[in-house]
Amino acid sequence: MSEAVVQTGIGASVKRKEDLRFITGTGRYTDDFNVAGQKYAVFLRSPYARARIEDIDVSEAANVRGVCTVLTGQQMAEDGLGDIPCGWLVKQKDGSDMVSAPHPPLAATLVNYVGEPYGLVIADTLAAARQGAEAVLTDFAELDAVVDPAEATGSEQIHEGVSDNLAFDWELGERAATEAALASAAHVTRIDLVNNRLIPNAMEPRAALGSYDPGSGEHTLYTTSQNPHLARLVLSAFVQVAPEHKLRIIAPDVGGGFGSKIFIYAEETAVIWAARRTGMTIKWTADRSEAFLADAHGRDHVTHAELGMNEAGEFVALKVSTTANLGAYLSTFGSSVPTYLYGTLLAGQYRTPNIYVEVQGVYTNTAPVDAYRGAGRPEATYVVERVVEQAARELGRDPAELRRFNMITPDQFPYDTPVALTYDTGDYQVSLDRALAMIDYDGFPARREAAAAAGKRRGLGLSCYIEACGLAPSQLAIQLGAGVGLYESGEIRVNPTGNVTVFTGSHSHGQGHETTFAQIVSDRLGIPFDDVEVVHGDTGRVEFGLGTYGSRSLAVGGSALMGAADKLIAKGTKIAAHMLEADPAAVDFTDGSFVVRDSNQALTFGEVAFAAYVPTNYPTELEPGFSEKAFYDPENFTYPAGTHIAEIEIDEATGVIELVDFVAVDDFGHIINPMIVAGQVHGGLAQGVGQALLEHGIYDEYGQLITGSYMDYCMPRADDLPDFRVDTTVTPCTHNPLGVKGCGEAGAIGSPAAIMNAVADALGEAVAMPATSEKIWRVLQNRRTA
Amino acid sequence: MQISLTVNGHDHTLDVPENTLLVDVIREHLKLTGTHVGCDTSQCGACTVHLDGRGVKSCTVLAAQVDGSNVTTIEGIGSTENLHPMQQAFRDCHALQCGFCTPGMIMSAIDLVENVGVQTNQEVREGLEGNICRCTGYHNIVQAVLQVARAGTDQTQEN
Repeated sequence: MSEAVVQTGIGASVKRKEDLRFITGTGRYTDDFNVAGQKYAVFLRSPYARARIEDIDVSEAANVRGVCTVLTGQQMAEDGLGDIPCGWLVKQKDGSDMVSAPHPPLAATLVNYVGEPYGLVIADTLAAARQGAEAVLTDFAELDAVVDPAEATGSEQIHEGVSDNLAFDWELGERAATEAALASAAHVTRIDLVNNRLIPNAMEPRAALGSYDPGSGEHTLYTTSQNPHLARLVLSAFVQVAPEHKLRIIAPDVGGGFGSKIFIYAEETAVIWAARRTGMTIKWTADRSEAFLADAHGRDHVTHAELGMNEAGEFVALKVSTTANLGAYLSTFGSSVPTYLYGTLLAGQYRTPNIYVEVQGVYTNTAPVDAYRGAGRPEATYVVERVVEQAARELGRDPAELRRFNMITPDQFPYDTPVALTYDTGDYQVSLDRALAMIDYDGFPARREAAAAAGKRRGLGLSCYIEACGLAPSQLAIQLGAGVGLYESGEIRVNPTGNVTVFTGSHSHGQGHETTFAQIVSDRLGIPFDDVEVVHGDTGRVEFGLGTYGSRSLAVGGSALMGAADKLIAKGTKIAAHMLEADPAAVDFTDGSFVVRDSNQALTFGEVAFAAYVPTNYPTELEPGFSEKAFYDPENFTYPAGTHIAEIEIDEATGVIELVDFVAVDDFGHIINPMIVAGQVHGGLAQGVGQALLEHGIYDEYGQLITGSYMDYCMPRADDLPDFRVDTTVTPCTHNPLGVKGCGEAGAIGSPAAIMNAVADALGEAVAMPATSEKIWRVLQNRRTA
Repeated sequence: MQISLTVNGHDHTLDVPENTLLVDVIREHLKLTGTHVGCDTSQCGACTVHLDGRGVKSCTVLAAQVDGSNVTTIEGIGSTENLHPMQQAFRDCHALQCGFCTPGMIMSAIDLVENVGVQTNQEVREGLEGNICRCTGYHNIVQAVLQVARAGTDQTQEN
């Protein structure tokens, strides 16, 4: 390989292509686009958690200077728009379908959470739209709200036809065998856990800019989406806003997503509907308060778990019962997160032979809950790693050793878990050992003593997590209820001058695909890194795609690009063989050249590309042109895994927790860009620390969100976090061409349990997330006064 | 209401409603969209610019207050061909991911180095308390700021 390829190819920490526009203020996010004459929308939102809309009086609003029109859910219903569907149909224990309550994009008669949109005001200016919205007089009849998920099944019925507010009662694994193994276990550890509700808070609020061209019938929607093609499919096929070929969705630079921009939302739907209905170009940008109220939230589980062990300390059974809060409606993937993305991960890194999980998904009068960084897997890891840690303490075993004793060993792969997955590869003990060495596990007792002398309680906690990424074989997912396939597309268009434009159906909103995907393609085709341009996020330019979520972009989207590159090389080999008058079987592609074996005859990639577009000396049986695409459908999930260790100190007097040290050792398989991977881990860890120590989305008993701004919802700030120490181990994924697993979510998946185990270690008892200083102080104060 | 101000070296005279915020002058009137709005409670710092050489959250400043002032936004500190040392450090250290908080973060970071004189990891972390990033976990941002701080403030000049 040439020196240039070594520095920019697979495995190099190449500086990101996308940085130049972001650091100079020339990025283009949805709200940065403006069209002359555009109007501004402000949504009418329910102030109640549950109410009947009796009357909407828009007469005063219509008179506000600058207001163009007021549209309501009633008008949307009259226009025949469909409901926003849930994309994953979960089967219940008894084999019946889950019960999906109708979810109109704009509420017409009933509102079911604070902030639910039921109309919009369109005006010449944002100020006029706001003023108009305040002038709308809506008569609500308030109804009793159901807020607490633990009590939802016994409360008043929210949706007609959904008894007990139960969307589904789901199970996985063998109940009888698990209960029998628990009954005969030498020791059973029991734990009750709450996985706190989180609010994703991507820094760019959601936004939409919709326009309609009556001449062509084309609808164009700029929006903050992680998966514009999925949005187009749903808006066309289900909501029926516009036919798919007349709807172009562009997700330009998107300022973070973390799951929250996967879903089909009311506002984006209403903007494009209103654009067509009024003929106006309409812009809407959420303010942060709207984001808190109406972005899908994450987590929110209540769980009881029991882990049985034999005399030797081998795990013999794990039984888990969870109530998952789904919010007021089933969001796009709201049903799959607490089921197939949760229950299937409960084996963790261990050989537990009997596992049973049951999940009740309940409706409440709160914002819909859906995927947030990790999506089900942080919840599963939290259950497994908290109960294992507690078991170790109850048995008086070293927590690291009890884990090691029960780990799946490298010779046992592929390993079939009792909860439906087949782990392809891994070496969990290597990452455990590395993490223990990095944290100086043996030196911890001395550090604890030194802290005690300074009035601090020091604790150490482990979390050995596994996750399933790279979603996943389409046929399996569709059998399990997915409404779409889970493949990805990749296209490489070689231009006549030899540089290439790469089209991916995945979407980058911080992950750096423009860089890593260029690394892959330049490495495979042997062309300069700067000769590769990556295009994504536009249904008008990219054929199809399923977007970015579940740490899938590289494992699935990158693999699709490898497929396209292989097709190019195959065609190029035929062209080169013809031009060099050689047998195609004797032509190899190496270092960017087609070379006749055992000769000095060769053509560069660029020469072959030019010949394909200027076919003078060209095989008659081949089409001209040099552009290939591939769809890649994975055979299996990928299984990143690793060990995270936290060390914390609690101030005895104040209860303040300091995260003193954090070590993460992750196995992501092969790594394309180590710099970007470390950054992904740092960011995931920050969100995990946020969940463990700071963040909590709280509704009061009336369903009012009382953590509705950055003054109430505690986002991690720079001085809340330490420098993170991260490292990687490598067992290449066995079933994709890059041997990669995905790194986007691991930090958020592994870290909460490690931190909370450290808190329990320091305090001598567990507290619920987030472990705020107030909670800790109360525990310590109760002891002092007891 | 008429105001006159200098933004990135260019003089502007604008007629704006009295309740206009500086950030709206920048984004809506001057179409300098590098300055972002990430919240509505002056917490996130995405809108940070320099007002007469000091970092301010432009959502907390009324246009009326900046009459006669000198404002520098992210577009005014460097270009892709000629990056400001802080822009270069952010790129070198992978101190950004989605890029949305980045302009405000860079403007705050320059203010911290030039006007506060931060030198240590803890000083940088406390100094960035008013800027929220959801992507990076701040680790690499802190490294970037320290890279510039430790190289000396003499290279970080603004117009």
